[in-house]
Amino acid sequence: MKYVSEFRSPERVDILLKEIRQVAKGNWHIMEVCGGQTHSLVKNGLLNMLPPAVQMIHGPGCPVCVTPVNLIDKAVHLAMDKNVILCSYGDMIRVPGSGMSLLEAKSKGGDVRILYSPLEAVKIAKENPGREVVFFAVGFETTAPANALSVVHAHRESVKNYSILTSHVLVPPAMEAIMSDDDCRVDAFLAAGHVCTIMGISEYYPLVEKYKIPIVVTGFEPVDLLEGILMTVKQLEKKEYKLENQYTRVVAAGGNKHAIATIDKIFEVTDREWRGIGNIPFSGYTVKETYSHYDANKKFSINITEAHEDPTCLSGDVMKGKIKPNQCPNFGTKCTPVKPLGAPMVSSEGACAAYYHFNLATAEIEI
Amino acid sequence: MCLAIPGKIQSIELQYGGTVKIARVSFGGIIKEASLEMVPTAEVGDYVLVHVGVAISKVNEEEAAKTFEYLKMIGEIDELVDHTQIDRQPER
Repeated sequence: MKYVSEFRSPERVDILLKEIRQVAKGNWHIMEVCGGQTHSLVKNGLLNMLPPAVQMIHGPGCPVCVTPVNLIDKAVHLAMDKNVILCSYGDMIRVPGSGMSLLEAKSKGGDVRILYSPLEAVKIAKENPGREVVFFAVGFETTAPANALSVVHAHRESVKNYSILTSHVLVPPAMEAIMSDDDCRVDAFLAAGHVCTIMGISEYYPLVEKYKIPIVVTGFEPVDLLEGILMTVKQLEKKEYKLENQYTRVVAAGGNKHAIATIDKIFEVTDREWRGIGNIPFSGYTVKETYSHYDANKKFSINITEAHEDPTCLSGDVMKGKIKPNQCPNFGTKCTPVKPLGAPMVSSEGACAAYYHFNLATAEIEI
Repeated sequence: MCLAIPGKIQSIELQYGGTVKIARVSFGGIIKEASLEMVPTAEVGDYVLVHVGVAISKVNEEEAAKTFEYLKMIGEIDELVDHTQIDRQPER
């Protein structure tokens, strides 16, 4: 077993689709929280294969999309400092800030480097002792252990010229924010599988109870997604609300205790501003005071109070599931991946980019 | 961002002065390094889920097999239904 091709098998997808069509009688709106799941649904054509009774709503689970503009402006400001090497995940560098993106900063002479892992950034810091290396640490719970681990490595190796610019966000508070919105149309959630690989599943019980809503922890391959949808629809049809785990091959109920311990060592929970959504209490991580010399926000005093966003960008409504990307008047005209108005058109997990790349621009998808 | 890919551990070596286990992981033939600090019990031959250079979970083969057993079961039920329908076709 390779754990990839088996979960993309057309025969297995067919069996699940048939079952979903048989079971689904009502008119259900299911939100997949994670942008990776959105891309898999769109890329594999699953949205068009689901029966009309099952409508998928795309959630805010794209960390690049929700990173506030003023933090991007800070990263750009740091990148333009000749003494700084600004490292980032590839997704982040084309996201528009108030003035320019990190890619534009690079073209103007900033030392911006795209890395696969934050652990590489610590190595770069060791090799460049005369310069400051800043890693733009964005992500959900999935990425938090790796970003925290980079600080652990730097601390252990006594690397003093390394710091992280943190924009860490947490999934359960965002789900709570979506559910407490009066216009919310979500009947059930597919919870983000890899977030639960780290944190376990217990955080979702209070949401299930409070909003009487089914939540199914789900993976990313077509078979995973359809099985998660089937489990959700079965609950909805029986008027049940439970927390279930479809993705048992990598999600243990208690999560990964080593990863949680690493997060707890470096980070603490804080309020966070979500681009397009607003402030959500206790919805992110910041570096603990003990490790504040690895916190770029404290190490460099950058005062960026005003940030500008294109007022015609409707990415907030897209991320809250109020509209589909192709219902935005700018979609594919004023806003394209080459010249994006907002982050969801840039990121590999943004719903707008998924619709654009996989030709759903004109598809008629009912809300 | 939350993309994590399962790969097979080819070899393990100790780095950072012998304190950190780093694995060479094969993703369908493409080899990349991954830290095993979050899955210290992983061994050569195990499949691990890797995210931004860090293995975050071992893949549980028994649990993966359960999905396929379940699908086989509902697939067989469907076939049974289909056969019944074929049998019921009106005779001429």
